[in-house]
Amino acid sequence: MAKRSAPEVNAGSMADIAFLLLIFFLVTTTIETDSGISRKLPPPIDSEVEPPVLKEKNIFVVEVNKNNDLLVEEEPMEIGDLRAAAIKFLDNGGGSGDEACDYCQGARSSSSSDNPVKAVISLRNNRETNYSTYIAVQNELVAAYTELRNREAQRLYGKTFVQMEKDLKDVNYSGNKEKLKEDIKKIQLLFPEKLSEAEPKK
Amino acid sequence: MSKFKKKKSGELPAISTASLPDIVFMLLFFFMVATVMRQNTLMIENNLPQADQVEKLDKKDLVMYIYAGKPSSRYKSSAGTQARIQLNDKFAEVADIAPFVLAERAAKREELLPFLTTALKVDGKTNMGLVGDIKKELREVQALKINYTTRIGAATENR
Repeated sequence: MAKRSAPEVNAGSMADIAFLLLIFFLVTTTIETDSGISRKLPPPIDSEVEPPVLKEKNIFVVEVNKNNDLLVEEEPMEIGDLRAAAIKFLDNGGGSGDEACDYCQGARSSSSSDNPVKAVISLRNNRETNYSTYIAVQNELVAAYTELRNREAQRLYGKTFVQMEKDLKDVNYSGNKEKLKEDIKKIQLLFPEKLSEAEPKK
Repeated sequence: MSKFKKKKSGELPAISTASLPDIVFMLLFFFMVATVMRQNTLMIENNLPQADQVEKLDKKDLVMYIYAGKPSSRYKSSAGTQARIQLNDKFAEVADIAPFVLAERAAKREELLPFLTTALKVDGKTNMGLVGDIKKELREVQALKINYTTRIGAATENR
Protein backbone atom coordinates (compact mmCIF):
# COMPACT_ATOMS: atom_id res chain seq x y z
CA MET A 1 0.00 0.00 0.00
CA ALA A 2 1.25 3.39 -0.82
CA LYS A 3 2.35 5.49 2.09
CA ARG A 4 -0.20 8.22 2.63
CA SER A 5 0.47 11.19 4.81
CA ALA A 6 -2.31 12.23 7.15
CA PRO A 7 -4.24 15.19 5.80
CA GLU A 8 -3.17 18.45 7.32
CA VAL A 9 -5.65 20.14 9.63
CA ASN A 10 -6.55 23.58 8.46
CA ALA A 11 -5.29 25.97 11.07
CA GLY A 12 -6.54 29.09 9.40
CA SER A 13 -9.36 29.62 11.87
CA MET A 14 -7.14 29.21 14.89
CA ALA A 15 -6.42 32.92 14.84
CA ASP A 16 -10.15 33.65 14.92
CA ILE A 17 -10.69 31.43 17.92
CA ALA A 18 -7.75 32.97 19.71
CA PHE A 19 -9.04 36.44 18.91
CA LEU A 20 -12.41 35.55 20.35
CA LEU A 21 -10.84 34.43 23.62
CA LEU A 22 -8.53 37.42 23.64
CA ILE A 23 -11.40 39.86 23.30
CA PHE A 24 -13.28 38.10 26.07
CA PHE A 25 -10.36 38.48 28.45
CA LEU A 26 -9.72 42.05 27.34
CA VAL A 27 -13.26 42.99 28.20
CA THR A 28 -13.39 41.19 31.55
CA THR A 29 -10.02 42.44 32.75
CA THR A 30 -10.16 45.11 35.40
CA ILE A 31 -7.04 46.31 37.04
CA GLU A 32 -8.10 45.73 40.59
CA THR A 33 -6.53 47.94 43.22
CA ASP A 34 -5.70 45.91 46.27
CA SER A 35 -3.51 48.20 48.30
CA GLY A 36 -4.38 50.82 50.82
CA ILE A 37 -3.78 52.34 54.22
CA SER A 38 -4.25 49.71 56.90
CA ARG A 39 -5.72 50.90 60.16
CA LYS A 40 -7.04 49.28 63.26
CA LEU A 41 -10.30 50.53 64.73
CA PRO A 42 -10.62 50.89 68.49
CA PRO A 43 -12.85 48.30 70.14
CA PRO A 44 -16.36 49.38 71.14
CA ILE A 45 -16.38 51.82 74.02
CA ASP A 46 -16.75 50.31 77.44
CA SER A 47 -18.63 52.96 79.40
CA GLU A 48 -17.27 51.76 82.76
CA VAL A 49 -13.66 52.47 81.90
CA GLU A 50 -12.55 56.00 82.67
CA PRO A 51 -10.64 57.61 79.83
CA PRO A 52 -7.02 58.24 80.82
CA VAL A 53 -6.07 61.80 81.62
CA LEU A 54 -3.62 63.24 79.13
CA LYS A 55 -1.61 66.40 79.37
CA GLU A 56 -2.75 69.08 76.99
CA LYS A 57 0.72 69.44 75.49
CA ASN A 58 0.91 65.74 74.67
CA ILE A 59 -2.06 66.00 72.34
CA PHE A 60 -1.72 67.17 68.77
CA VAL A 61 -5.14 68.20 67.55
CA VAL A 62 -5.88 67.98 63.85
CA GLU A 63 -9.29 69.14 62.76
CA VAL A 64 -10.79 69.07 59.29
CA ASN A 65 -13.88 71.19 58.73
CA LYS A 66 -16.65 70.74 56.20
CA ASN A 67 -14.85 72.88 53.61
CA ASN A 68 -11.87 70.49 53.81
CA ASP A 69 -9.72 73.08 55.58
CA LEU A 70 -7.17 71.94 58.09
CA LEU A 71 -6.89 73.31 61.60
CA VAL A 72 -3.80 72.06 63.42
CA GLU A 73 -3.35 73.07 67.05
CA GLU A 74 -5.83 75.89 66.40
CA GLU A 75 -3.83 77.26 63.49
CA PRO A 76 -4.93 76.88 59.86
CA MET A 77 -2.48 74.81 57.81
CA GLU A 78 -1.98 73.50 54.29
CA ILE A 79 -1.98 69.73 53.92
CA GLY A 80 1.56 69.80 52.52
CA ASP A 81 2.90 71.12 55.84
CA LEU A 82 1.11 68.60 58.02
CA ARG A 83 3.77 65.91 57.85
CA ALA A 84 6.55 68.23 59.01
CA ALA A 85 4.36 69.61 61.81
CA ALA A 86 3.48 66.12 63.03
CA ILE A 87 7.13 65.07 62.99
CA LYS A 88 8.09 68.18 64.93
CA PHE A 89 5.47 67.39 67.54
CA LEU A 90 6.30 63.68 67.90
CA ASP A 91 10.04 64.15 67.91
CA ASN A 92 10.02 67.03 70.38
CA GLY A 93 11.05 65.07 73.49
CA GLY A 94 10.56 67.91 75.96
CA GLY A 95 10.20 65.68 79.01
CA SER A 96 12.72 65.32 81.80
CA GLY A 97 13.48 62.65 84.40
CA ASP A 98 11.30 59.58 83.81
CA GLU A 99 9.79 61.04 80.71
CA ALA A 100 13.02 62.04 79.02
CA CYS A 101 13.52 60.83 75.46
CA ASP A 102 17.15 60.07 74.64
CA TYR A 103 16.65 59.37 70.93
CA CYS A 104 14.57 62.42 70.04
CA GLN A 105 16.17 65.03 67.85
CA GLY A 106 13.50 67.67 68.20
CA ALA A 107 13.52 71.14 69.69
CA ARG A 108 12.84 69.91 73.28
CA SER A 109 10.33 72.69 73.72
CA SER A 110 8.45 72.54 77.01
CA SER A 111 5.16 73.42 75.34
CA SER A 112 5.14 70.41 72.98
CA SER A 113 5.11 66.65 73.61
CA ASP A 114 7.19 65.06 76.41
CA ASN A 115 7.98 61.79 74.72
CA PRO A 116 6.88 60.01 71.53
CA VAL A 117 5.51 57.23 73.73
CA LYS A 118 3.16 59.71 75.36
CA ALA A 119 2.33 61.81 72.32
CA VAL A 120 -1.13 61.35 70.89
CA ILE A 121 -2.44 62.69 67.62
CA SER A 122 -6.12 63.42 67.77
CA LEU A 123 -7.97 63.64 64.49
CA ARG A 124 -11.45 65.05 64.26
CA ASN A 125 -13.42 65.51 61.09
CA ASN A 126 -16.74 66.99 60.24
CA ARG A 127 -19.52 64.80 58.85
CA GLU A 128 -19.31 66.74 55.62
CA THR A 129 -15.56 66.41 55.15
CA ASN A 130 -14.59 64.79 51.87
CA TYR A 131 -13.27 61.27 52.11
CA SER A 132 -10.30 62.09 49.89
CA THR A 133 -9.20 64.89 52.22
CA TYR A 134 -9.52 62.54 55.16
CA ILE A 135 -7.36 59.98 53.37
CA ALA A 136 -4.78 62.66 52.58
CA VAL A 137 -4.62 63.63 56.26
CA GLN A 138 -4.38 60.00 57.37
CA ASN A 139 -1.67 59.42 54.81
CA GLU A 140 0.40 62.38 56.01
CA LEU A 141 0.11 61.33 59.65
CA VAL A 142 1.10 57.74 58.89
CA ALA A 143 3.96 59.11 56.81
CA ALA A 144 5.18 61.14 59.79
CA TYR A 145 5.38 57.99 61.91
CA THR A 146 7.05 56.03 59.12
CA GLU A 147 9.65 58.74 58.59
CA LEU A 148 10.59 58.79 62.28
CA ARG A 149 10.69 54.99 62.45
CA ASN A 150 12.88 54.92 59.35
CA ARG A 151 15.30 57.30 61.02
CA GLU A 152 15.57 55.23 64.18
CA ALA A 153 15.86 51.95 62.28
CA GLN A 154 18.63 53.46 60.18
CA ARG A 155 20.45 54.52 63.32
CA LEU A 156 20.05 51.25 65.24
CA TYR A 157 20.09 48.58 62.54
CA GLY A 158 21.49 50.31 59.46
CA LYS A 159 18.42 49.94 57.28
CA THR A 160 15.07 51.65 57.03
CA PHE A 161 11.94 50.47 58.80
CA VAL A 162 10.19 50.03 55.48
CA GLN A 163 13.02 47.78 54.32
CA MET A 164 12.82 45.76 57.54
CA GLU A 165 9.12 45.15 57.03
CA LYS A 166 9.73 44.21 53.42
CA ASP A 167 12.42 41.74 54.51
CA LEU A 168 10.04 40.18 57.00
CA LYS A 169 7.61 39.40 54.21
CA ASP A 170 10.31 38.27 51.80
CA VAL A 171 10.58 34.47 51.65
CA ASN A 172 14.11 34.68 50.28
CA TYR A 173 15.41 36.77 53.18
CA SER A 174 18.64 35.18 54.38
CA GLY A 175 18.90 36.72 57.86
CA ASN A 176 17.28 35.68 61.10
CA LYS A 177 13.58 36.41 60.91
CA GLU A 178 12.92 36.02 64.62
CA LYS A 179 15.45 38.70 65.40
CA LEU A 180 14.06 40.91 62.65
CA LYS A 181 10.61 40.61 64.16
CA GLU A 182 11.93 41.70 67.54
CA ASP A 183 13.80 44.61 66.01
CA ILE A 184 10.64 45.79 64.27
CA LYS A 185 8.76 45.56 67.58
CA LYS A 186 11.44 47.66 69.27
CA ILE A 187 11.22 50.38 66.65
CA GLN A 188 7.45 50.35 66.90
CA LEU A 189 7.72 50.83 70.65
CA LEU A 190 10.02 53.81 70.20
CA PHE A 191 7.38 55.54 68.08
CA PRO A 192 4.04 53.89 68.83
CA GLU A 193 1.28 54.90 66.47
CA LYS A 194 -1.15 56.69 68.73
CA LEU A 195 -3.70 58.12 66.40
CA SER A 196 -7.04 58.73 68.00
CA GLU A 197 -10.13 59.65 66.07
CA ALA A 198 -12.74 61.69 67.84
CA GLU A 199 -16.43 61.42 67.09
CA PRO A 200 -17.22 63.74 64.20
CA LYS A 201 -19.05 66.95 64.92
CA LYS A 202 -22.38 67.48 63.26
CA MET B 1 0.63 16.17 -8.36
CA SER B 2 2.67 19.05 -7.27
CA LYS B 3 1.97 20.55 -3.93
CA PHE B 4 3.46 23.90 -4.66
CA LYS B 5 2.33 25.55 -7.81
CA LYS B 6 4.49 28.22 -9.28
CA LYS B 7 2.79 31.57 -9.00
CA LYS B 8 2.45 33.69 -12.01
CA SER B 9 5.13 36.30 -12.01
CA GLY B 10 4.14 39.92 -11.58
CA GLU B 11 1.61 39.23 -8.83
CA LEU B 12 2.35 40.57 -5.32
CA PRO B 13 3.08 37.70 -2.94
CA ALA B 14 0.50 37.47 -0.13
CA ILE B 15 1.79 38.29 3.35
CA SER B 16 2.05 35.17 5.39
CA THR B 17 -0.36 35.17 8.31
CA ALA B 18 0.92 31.92 9.67
CA SER B 19 2.43 33.58 12.73
CA LEU B 20 -0.70 35.57 13.52
CA PRO B 21 -2.11 32.89 15.82
CA ASP B 22 1.15 32.84 17.74
CA ILE B 23 1.01 36.58 18.34
CA VAL B 24 -2.62 36.47 19.34
CA PHE B 25 -2.00 33.54 21.67
CA MET B 26 0.81 35.45 23.29
CA LEU B 27 -1.53 38.36 24.02
CA LEU B 28 -4.23 35.94 25.10
CA PHE B 29 -2.00 34.27 27.66
CA PHE B 30 -0.92 37.62 29.01
CA PHE B 31 -4.49 38.72 29.62
CA MET B 32 -5.50 35.33 30.99
CA VAL B 33 -2.74 35.50 33.57
CA ALA B 34 -3.29 39.16 34.41
CA THR B 35 -7.06 38.95 34.72
CA VAL B 36 -8.65 39.13 38.10
CA MET B 37 -12.32 38.37 37.87
CA ARG B 38 -14.31 41.11 39.52
CA GLN B 39 -16.35 39.76 42.38
CA ASN B 40 -18.93 42.48 42.46
CA THR B 41 -20.56 44.53 39.78
CA LEU B 42 -20.19 48.11 40.83
CA MET B 43 -23.38 50.10 41.00
CA ILE B 44 -21.72 53.21 42.36
CA GLU B 45 -19.08 55.63 41.24
CA ASN B 46 -15.81 54.46 42.68
CA ASN B 47 -13.07 56.97 42.16
CA LEU B 48 -10.59 56.03 44.85
CA PRO B 49 -8.41 58.71 46.44
CA GLN B 50 -4.62 58.57 46.27
CA ALA B 51 -2.12 57.78 49.00
CA ASP B 52 1.48 56.66 49.20
CA GLN B 53 1.72 55.03 52.63
CA VAL B 54 0.04 51.89 51.40
CA GLU B 55 0.24 48.24 52.28
CA LYS B 56 -0.70 45.50 49.90
CA LEU B 57 -3.55 43.19 50.77
CA ASP B 58 -2.17 39.81 49.87
CA LYS B 59 -4.67 37.24 51.08
CA LYS B 60 -7.60 37.93 48.79
CA ASP B 61 -9.88 35.34 50.35
CA LEU B 62 -9.56 36.98 53.75
CA VAL B 63 -10.81 40.34 52.60
CA MET B 64 -14.38 41.52 52.53
CA TYR B 65 -15.25 44.56 50.52
CA ILE B 66 -17.55 47.41 51.42
CA TYR B 67 -18.15 49.90 48.64
CA ALA B 68 -19.58 53.37 49.03
CA GLY B 69 -20.20 56.28 46.74
CA LYS B 70 -22.81 58.03 44.67
CA PRO B 71 -24.98 55.69 42.57
CA SER B 72 -23.75 55.56 38.99
CA SER B 73 -25.84 57.25 36.33
CA ARG B 74 -28.01 54.26 35.40
CA TYR B 75 -29.11 53.74 39.01
CA LYS B 76 -29.70 57.39 39.78
CA SER B 77 -33.42 57.23 39.17
CA SER B 78 -33.97 54.29 41.49
CA ALA B 79 -31.33 54.88 44.14
CA GLY B 80 -31.13 58.65 44.35
CA THR B 81 -28.13 60.91 44.13
CA GLN B 82 -26.91 60.67 47.70
CA ALA B 83 -23.91 58.45 48.47
CA ARG B 84 -24.91 54.86 49.21
CA ILE B 85 -23.27 51.72 50.51
CA GLN B 86 -22.94 48.67 48.32
CA LEU B 87 -22.53 45.19 49.76
CA ASN B 88 -22.09 42.29 47.34
CA ASP B 89 -24.32 43.25 44.43
CA LYS B 90 -26.94 45.27 46.23
CA PHE B 91 -27.38 48.72 47.64
CA ALA B 92 -27.48 48.52 51.42
CA GLU B 93 -28.21 50.58 54.48
CA VAL B 94 -25.82 51.15 57.36
CA ALA B 95 -27.76 48.64 59.44
CA ASP B 96 -27.05 45.89 56.87
CA ILE B 97 -23.32 45.96 57.54
CA ALA B 98 -23.40 43.96 60.76
CA PRO B 99 -25.32 41.00 59.26
CA PHE B 100 -23.04 41.16 56.21
CA VAL B 101 -19.91 40.88 58.36
CA LEU B 102 -21.40 38.03 60.36
CA ALA B 103 -22.35 36.18 57.18
CA GLU B 104 -18.82 36.64 55.80
CA ARG B 105 -17.40 35.36 59.06
CA ALA B 106 -19.62 32.31 59.04
CA ALA B 107 -18.33 31.38 55.59
CA LYS B 108 -14.68 31.37 56.69
CA ARG B 109 -12.77 28.75 58.60
CA GLU B 110 -12.56 29.52 62.30
CA GLU B 111 -8.78 29.69 62.57
CA LEU B 112 -8.66 32.34 59.85
CA LEU B 113 -11.13 34.70 61.50
CA PRO B 114 -8.57 36.91 63.29
CA PHE B 115 -6.97 37.73 59.94
CA LEU B 116 -10.18 38.85 58.27
CA THR B 117 -9.79 42.38 56.94
CA THR B 118 -12.44 44.79 55.77
CA ALA B 119 -11.47 46.80 52.72
CA LEU B 120 -13.32 50.09 52.39
CA LYS B 121 -13.53 51.12 48.76
CA VAL B 122 -15.01 54.54 49.09
CA ASP B 123 -15.37 57.20 46.44
CA GLY B 124 -13.25 60.27 47.12
CA LYS B 125 -16.20 62.63 47.06
CA THR B 126 -18.15 60.81 49.74
CA ASN B 127 -18.85 62.65 52.98
CA MET B 128 -17.07 61.39 56.07
CA GLY B 129 -20.41 61.06 57.84
CA LEU B 130 -21.21 57.91 55.89
CA VAL B 131 -17.71 56.52 56.37
CA GLY B 132 -17.96 57.28 60.08
CA ASP B 133 -21.23 55.38 60.26
CA ILE B 134 -19.66 52.39 58.50
CA LYS B 135 -16.72 52.42 60.90
CA LYS B 136 -19.05 52.62 63.87
CA GLU B 137 -20.96 49.56 62.65
CA LEU B 138 -17.71 47.67 62.11
CA ARG B 139 -16.61 48.47 65.64
CA GLU B 140 -19.89 47.13 66.99
CA VAL B 141 -19.26 43.71 65.41
CA GLN B 142 -15.55 43.71 66.31
CA ALA B 143 -14.35 43.83 62.71
CA LEU B 144 -11.46 46.04 63.68
CA LYS B 145 -8.94 45.41 60.94
CA ILE B 146 -9.72 47.77 58.12
CA ASN B 147 -7.97 48.98 55.03
CA TYR B 148 -8.80 52.15 53.18
CA THR B 149 -8.22 51.04 49.61
CA THR B 150 -6.50 53.76 47.61
CA ARG B 151 -4.69 54.25 44.38
CA ILE B 152 -0.97 54.81 44.69
CA GLY B 153 0.02 58.44 44.19
CA ALA B 154 0.71 61.68 45.99
CA ALA B 155 -1.86 62.27 48.72
CA THR B 156 -1.63 66.02 48.41
CA GLU B 157 -3.24 65.79 44.98
CA ASN B 158 -6.55 64.72 46.46
CA ARG B 159 -9.36 67.26 46.68
